[in-house]
This record gives sequence, structure tokens and C-alpha cells, in this order.
Amino acid sequence: MSDKAPLIHIEALSKAYRRGQQDIPVLLDVSLDVQAGEFVALMGPSGSGKSTLLNLIAGIDQPSSGRIVIGGVDIATLGEGALADWRAAQVGFIFQFYNLMPVLTALENVELPLLLTGLSARERRLHAEAALSLVRLDDRMDHFPNELSGGQQQRVAIARALVSDPSLIVADEPTGDLDRVTGQEVLDLLEDLNRRLGKTIVMVTHDPKAAARARRLIHLEKGVLVPDVAGAPAP
Amino acid sequence: MPFLLKLLLKNAFRHRLRTLLTLVGLVVALSAFGLLRTIVDAWYAGVEASSSTRLVSRSAISLTFPLPLAYAQRLKAVEGVNRVSWANWFGGIYITERNFFPQFAVEPASYLALYPEYRLSDEQRLAFIRDRQGAVVGRKLADKFGWKIGDQIPLRGTIYPGTWSFTLRGIWDGAEAKTDESQMLFHWGLINESLRKRYGNRADFVGVYVLGIEEPQQAPLVSQRVDAQFKNSLAETLTETESAFQLSFVSMSEAILVAVQAVSYIIVIIIMAVMANTMSMTARERLAEYATLKALGFGPGFVVKLLLGESLTIALAGGLLAVALTLPMAAAFAQAAGTLFPVFQVSPLTMGLQLAAALVVGAVAAAWPAWKMSRIDIVQGLRHVG
Repeated sequence: MSDKAPLIHIEALSKAYRRGQQDIPVLLDVSLDVQAGEFVALMGPSGSGKSTLLNLIAGIDQPSSGRIVIGGVDIATLGEGALADWRAAQVGFIFQFYNLMPVLTALENVELPLLLTGLSARERRLHAEAALSLVRLDDRMDHFPNELSGGQQQRVAIARALVSDPSLIVADEPTGDLDRVTGQEVLDLLEDLNRRLGKTIVMVTHDPKAAARARRLIHLEKGVLVPDVAGAPAP
Repeated sequence: MPFLLKLLLKNAFRHRLRTLLTLVGLVVALSAFGLLRTIVDAWYAGVEASSSTRLVSRSAISLTFPLPLAYAQRLKAVEGVNRVSWANWFGGIYITERNFFPQFAVEPASYLALYPEYRLSDEQRLAFIRDRQGAVVGRKLADKFGWKIGDQIPLRGTIYPGTWSFTLRGIWDGAEAKTDESQMLFHWGLINESLRKRYGNRADFVGVYVLGIEEPQQAPLVSQRVDAQFKNSLAETLTETESAFQLSFVSMSEAILVAVQAVSYIIVIIIMAVMANTMSMTARERLAEYATLKALGFGPGFVVKLLLGESLTIALAGGLLAVALTLPMAAAFAQAAGTLFPVFQVSPLTMGLQLAAALVVGAVAAAWPAWKMSRIDIVQGLRHVG
């Protein structure tokens, strides 16, 4: 274990959803640390709570109890506005179905998160172009999502996640909607971002082959963390 | 172009057919709103065109009861009155009943002096005053029947039996857009002379007196003085400002006007409901997009701006098109209505109200979906995709 403070520190985290009069527990007393620069895969069967844990780490859901400290900020205590600001600055999202704006070009989609920064239009454009270059989509900048393949759309989504230089990238089944070859390309890219740029990535996946590309594997079962699986080297 | 504006414009025209149909609905509804308001305005045109320096004195019993000509001298002596003229409603028929237009038998010199907004050349004015069979008409009326100076205009009398022939001596242009150009004026003396010969007891009576006053603010006082003059006489007077006099005609059809106005607002409410449905549908379809935007860090306000901006863009486009369409529609309506409405023009206020109604429709239609989308749970919204 590293002596440095972890980028993600989760302590006694629980989450339950209320359905009628009944509380349905999804996460139970989860504690976890993730160091900066790690590439973590969250695995588990359906309903194990892995997506809920990812949502809590990404700050798009609120825990029932416990602490989530990311980069020194306990995000469970932040209000809606502060949490939105925090997400804009600290988190890059990659979704299973890409979630691009269909009316915007690849370049405009990547530029979107930069609207929340103080950058000028020209600066935003330069940053977006650089991010698209990084995912090797220089020649598709002016294409709309429906003019791109699934793999290309996911690469645009990765560029969008990267463009504001967040400390954390969360990916929810990033290869779930892609064929095997395209999925491999996306995973290559994520691996490259982690190794070359030192980006911390937390990825939810069902696919053991995708999980194998991570440097750390975490299993969840019925809302409880199963001890880390060995095999991936520490960062 | 700012990014937000670009995004909402692209969103607005994302479903072209839906947007086009919404626009058509808006244009039809707002044009109808504008046209109905213009009809109501046209009804009030006489009131609008009234002068604050003119009073109208009529029989206190009813407008159908005439006043003696002898009152003219006494009226001139009333303090505050600087001019007196009179007029009788003629009610003649030009060829057929369908050619209705207002005709008044007036005392020419004093009447024209009281109506400076009827712009006649000095030559035509003199020709009219000198010719007892002469007549003058407004430009709109002359254009409608293609009359030229010197033409003979026959009228079949209804109140004053017989066929009357007048020589057109002048055509006036209104000083303002609201000036009535659909009337015909001729000599009261000619009618009175004939009445004296044929029915002696009907002669020397007038329908209404028109009084010129110096100070508009003295109107109530002068009216009281006039009516006091003839109190307890056989023909008591009721004197009021010209606008109040005109308004008394409008009030006779007030129920219709209220109904027309109500319909104009109902049309706007209907299109508001239609557009609210469209915006709700749009918002539901984009649930995942709004959730994504919120996940990326955009606040609820951004989502509100997007939906509200899109709705206002469509509504404003509809409003502008409706204003542009109302003008030719009103012109066609005025043409078809002939002289039924002396003044039929889409006022700047109506155009402003059309645009305001468009903006209200846009804002109200988007209010609920925008509020709802701004409150969506990100996780739930993202699941909408998957």
C-alpha cells in the first residue's frame, strides 16, 4: 500500500433505496481506498451494487450513510450545486451508451463540459481538438454522433471525459454496447490513458476480459465488498 | 454564436415536422388572435377618432327624437361653446342595401370647420358649400365605388322618402389613419327644404348638434350648462363628449365584443395547451440527455434555459410569422367587409400583444417540463437510456 493519502477514501458506506414502506439495501458498510493513478475494475453479478457504488463515487447519487472522500473532499456532505461544480471539475464520465448530444458534432460534444470553465470559445475549441486527437478522431471532428460507429462514439465520449482534465474517470460498462474488437480498442485507450497520463479510472464491467485490463479488481456481492483479487500489479 | 444559443436552436429544429406543425398551429392561433383584436379595435375606431374638443348634444329621450333648429342660436350663446353645427342621419340606399355606408345631412361650413381631420382642398370645400346639391365623401368610400369629382350619386331615402341625387364636389383624406373615410356628407338645408314643402311639421329639426369647445377639460361643465339651458323644455338635451357618444353605440354591441375578445384569448389558451404538450413530449424524449448534462456538472438552471429557450424560440418565430401574416389577412378582411368598418388596421399594440402572447405561450408551455427536468434524478435519468 502507498503511504500517500488515497484519491478515493470510502468508509462504512451504505446505500438503501426506499420502495413503499420498505428499505432495500444495495450497499452494506463498504470501505475502500483507491490511490491516484489506479485503474480499478468493479465486478459483480447484477444487483450486486457495483453501479450504485460507481454512482456514489461519481457524485451522482447520495449515500444513506458513511463517508466518501475524494481528493480530500467529503462529497456526501456537499449540496446539489456544490456537488455539480465538483463533478464538473473532478470527474469525467464514460457511459455504456455514450450519451452524446445527437445535435452536436463530435467537437461540440467534447467542448460541452468546458462551458463550465472560464475558457474562451477559442480555448475551448483548442482543448476539444486536442482531446479528440488523443482518441485519434481528428478526422471526425465535424461528424454528428449518428455519423459515427459505436466505437467512434465511445471514443468521443472518452475525449469528453478527458477534456476538462479531471482527477477521476468513471466508466460504466464502457464496452457493453460494443463488439469485441471495438471493445478492445476502447480498453486499449483507457489503459493508455491510465498508464501514459496517469488518470485514475474506476470502471464497472461484467466482462472478465475487460476487467483483466484493469490494474486492480474489486468484487461486490450482494452489496458487500469481496476482498481484492490479486493478479494486477499495484501502480 | 454562443454555445447555448446554438444548442437550443439545434434542439428547436431537431424534429422538423413536429416543429413545423407547432409553428403552423402558433401562426394560425396568433393570427386569429390578431385579427379578432383588430375587429374589436375597428368597433372602437369611432371612439378612438373622437376629438376631445367636440361635444354631441342630442335629445335626452332618445337619439331618434330630433331637436329644434332654434336651439342652434341658444347653443352658440352657451359659455365655453365656440362653434355649433348639426347633422341628421340620412340612412339612404345606394343602388342596393348591401352598399351600406353612413350618410349625414349637415350644415356644411360649420360642420367641416368642426372636423379639421377631414382634409379637403379649399377649392373642393368651397365647391361643396356653394352647391346645395353637392356632397363630399371620404377617400375610402370614393375608392370603393370608383367615384370621381362631378359624379352624380343617387340615394334612395328611407327616413326621407324619395330619390335624392347629389353631385360629388370633394373627396377628403383623413389626417390620421384612424380618421373615418367612409362617410358621405351633404347639405342639411336641401333635405330640410324638401321636408318643409312635403311635410311641413318635420322641417327645422336636427338629429344631433355638434359643439366645438375651447378646452377639453371644460367638457363636463359645458355639457351641464347646455343641458341646463333646455331643462324642463319640450326637448331636453343630453350632452356628452364625442367619445362618450360614440361609446354609447359600441356599448349596444358590447356582449358581442366581449365574446369576440373571449374567443381571441381562448385561442391563445388552446395553442398554449398544444405547445405545452409538445414541450412535455420533447422533454420526456430527452430525459437521458438532461441527466447526462447534470452528471457533467451542469446545474438545473442550464436545463431550464435549454427548454425555456427552445420553447421561446419556436414561439417567437411563430409570433413573428403571425404578425407578418395578420397584415395581409386584415387587408383582405377589410376589403371584404367594405365600409362596415370605417377604420380597419392592425395597430402596433395588437402586433405587440401578438408577440407578447407568443412569448407567454412559449414560457408557460415550457414551465412545467423545464421545472420537472431540472429536478430529475441523474441516476434515474441515465437509466432511461440503458
